[in-house]
Amino acid sequence: MSKRLNVLKTYKLYTGGKFSRSESEHYFQVMDKKGNPFANLCRASRKDMRNAVAAARKAQSGWADRSAYNRGQILYRMAEIMEGRRDQFVAELERTAVSRRKAETETDAAIDRLVHYAGWTDKYSSIFSTVNPVASPHFNFSMPEPNGVVGIAAPDDMPLIGLVSIVAPVIAGGNTCVVLASETHGSIACTLAEIIHSSDVPGGVVNILTGYRKEIIPHLASHMDVNAFLFAADDPGQKKIVQENAHLNVKRIQCYEKTDWLKDNAQSPYYILDFQDIKTTWHPVGT
Amino acid sequence: MSEKETKTEKTLRFDDLWSYDPAPESADYVTIAGKYDLFINGSFQAPESGKYFKSINPATEELLSEVAEAGKKDVDKAVSSARKAYDEIWSKMPAKERGKYIFRIARLIQERAREFAILETLDTGKPIRESRDVDIPQVIAHYFYYAGWADKLNYAFPGLTPKPVGVAGQIIPWNFPMLMAAWKIAPALATGNTIVIKPAETTPLTAMKLAELFKDAGLPPGVVNIVTGPGSTGAEIVNHPGIDKIAFTGSTAVGKSIQQAVAGTEKKYTLELGGKAANIVFDDAPIDQAVEGIVNGIFFNQGHVCCAGSRLLVQEGVSDELIHKLKLRMETLIVGDPLDKNTDIGAINSKMQLERIREYLSESVEENQQIFQTKCSLPDKGYWCCPTLVENVSQSHRIVQEEVFGPVLTIQTFRTPEEAVSLANNTHYGLSSGIWTDKGSKIFKTGKQIRAGVIWANTFNKFDPTSPFGGFKESGVGREGGIHGLLPYLELSS
Repeated sequence: MSKRLNVLKTYKLYTGGKFSRSESEHYFQVMDKKGNPFANLCRASRKDMRNAVAAARKAQSGWADRSAYNRGQILYRMAEIMEGRRDQFVAELERTAVSRRKAETETDAAIDRLVHYAGWTDKYSSIFSTVNPVASPHFNFSMPEPNGVVGIAAPDDMPLIGLVSIVAPVIAGGNTCVVLASETHGSIACTLAEIIHSSDVPGGVVNILTGYRKEIIPHLASHMDVNAFLFAADDPGQKKIVQENAHLNVKRIQCYEKTDWLKDNAQSPYYILDFQDIKTTWHPVGT
Repeated sequence: MSEKETKTEKTLRFDDLWSYDPAPESADYVTIAGKYDLFINGSFQAPESGKYFKSINPATEELLSEVAEAGKKDVDKAVSSARKAYDEIWSKMPAKERGKYIFRIARLIQERAREFAILETLDTGKPIRESRDVDIPQVIAHYFYYAGWADKLNYAFPGLTPKPVGVAGQIIPWNFPMLMAAWKIAPALATGNTIVIKPAETTPLTAMKLAELFKDAGLPPGVVNIVTGPGSTGAEIVNHPGIDKIAFTGSTAVGKSIQQAVAGTEKKYTLELGGKAANIVFDDAPIDQAVEGIVNGIFFNQGHVCCAGSRLLVQEGVSDELIHKLKLRMETLIVGDPLDKNTDIGAINSKMQLERIREYLSESVEENQQIFQTKCSLPDKGYWCCPTLVENVSQSHRIVQEEVFGPVLTIQTFRTPEEAVSLANNTHYGLSSGIWTDKGSKIFKTGKQIRAGVIWANTFNKFDPTSPFGGFKESGVGREGGIHGLLPYLELSS
């Protein structure tokens, strides 16, 4: 009896709501847990990165203008779709990264984290906004607004829950992002892109690149149309480069390396606040 | 209103019909020492180098005092004194006691308010009316506001436990010396940090007076250390390994260099940098009110204001009328002796700053921009600049893109609200913006689209300790004022 030959998936970049190969046609190979070749991932080029930033910029104001309720529904939809494909994520994590038990824990936590942030979209603004009792006859209030386009360097450890934990608060707050996936476990990010793609997330809101940190991160961090950077990889050299390049256009930088993303306290509205600017508005009170 | 109507309209003329008698505030009430040392560990100490620099009155070019120039060794001493005070006293003190010290500081400044106002005017060149009615009252209010936070921090950020950062290094500008010191010192102390602060090179005197006041208040030695000096002293603070957090207010260029310098370290930082605020006047705006707002927006403090409304964007239908009225109003502005209570516009803060303003204006002449200056007569000595409008400019001109930091307003017109927003957002800055319209819905829509940290709708240049202030984009990171102003000085753990 002949054994059925399984169908392999071509993993692609996800930018502007489309799956595509790198314009460079470069690739790199990632291994499974046993050290056997698992997949050829696209080795994103600087041009791929720039295209991704352009897509993120184009999508940003529309995404921020969606109602908070609508953004919440879309994040929740991601959780719904992911729940339906839970076994796929568990299997891929088990094959490429961790034990079956850990793969299940991580996948379940990732789905729950999406639900968590889905519920925050229409609440964080109430938590962080203030009406300020100024001493002059003015009505004065402050509220958070998204930074804009956020560059993200994803962690290698816990590649699924780590990725979901950093992308969810960024987009929950109305930002769009360009993510460079884990260098060692990038395939799971490409699979997550399939969830994003089928969950009513507008194209360009989340852009996912695979490739080498040293080839992409310095340029993403120096890009003048990227407003903020989230660094979650355990890579002190690249972290310093990101912090340095921030000065070119005064990027906001947040570093979350070595976070245990499975912990309950690895989720909170403060992760949303990390990528918000506070805007204060004054108006005279009188006749 | 048509052009014809504008021309026939009766206008009030103030310029040459009468003059005001001098009404100078007496300055001999303030004693200024011939020499000021560094304030380290609760006492005044001579700088290791023995070097002093001059602080002059920009309105008279007369020497006010000589001030110590702090070098590396002095900054070392200041940082270790701040660390010791943090470890041994300030971080162990019950929060309510910490708060009481800050309340005490607020009250002591209030008692000596006029003295501080006069000294601020002497050292900066700003009109006494502003230092007396804006700067110093705001200073007091700021200390009073943050004093109250000291024992209430657990209520500020639900779900998190607040802890101080440690030793804060603070660098402040010359435009509002005493107020910027308050914006930095008050929240840092309330949250339990100790401080090494550097006043600006041209305006160190009120900070030294403040040091005397801290002694009077019984503030424990080392809790606030004041080191005077030029930019190099600031660099010593920024690069010092014993500093946990940097708070800087100043130019975007220096802010960027700080961001670069602290890369790879664990130092937290907040930056409050430059601005190029658009003051947008729609055709349904209350025009007379808008004129007052424009004048306040750009001529307050000689335009030495990071959030100054330095770009007027006016909708075409009202531009002739508005500019006509603006010019008439500008002619009434009194430029001169900052100590005179009638003065509207004082001296430019330094010779260097005056030269920078003149450089922009001479470039405007070369580029065939249209310059209007009022017919003001200027004193012979000191650094002065008449209120200035620059018309016939486009978005790419340097004077539209860059911060002049003087009494210079550019004027552009627009047709649609979309065009106004696009012009307003078309600089690297994003600190503030003004919106003038009678239509509430337009305020909210425009205000949402403008990428700036402060939106003044039908008002401008208003400040309050309860109100968070800070920039979007290259105008800075972090907020000062209000509950949000606590965040930069705390480590929050869950």
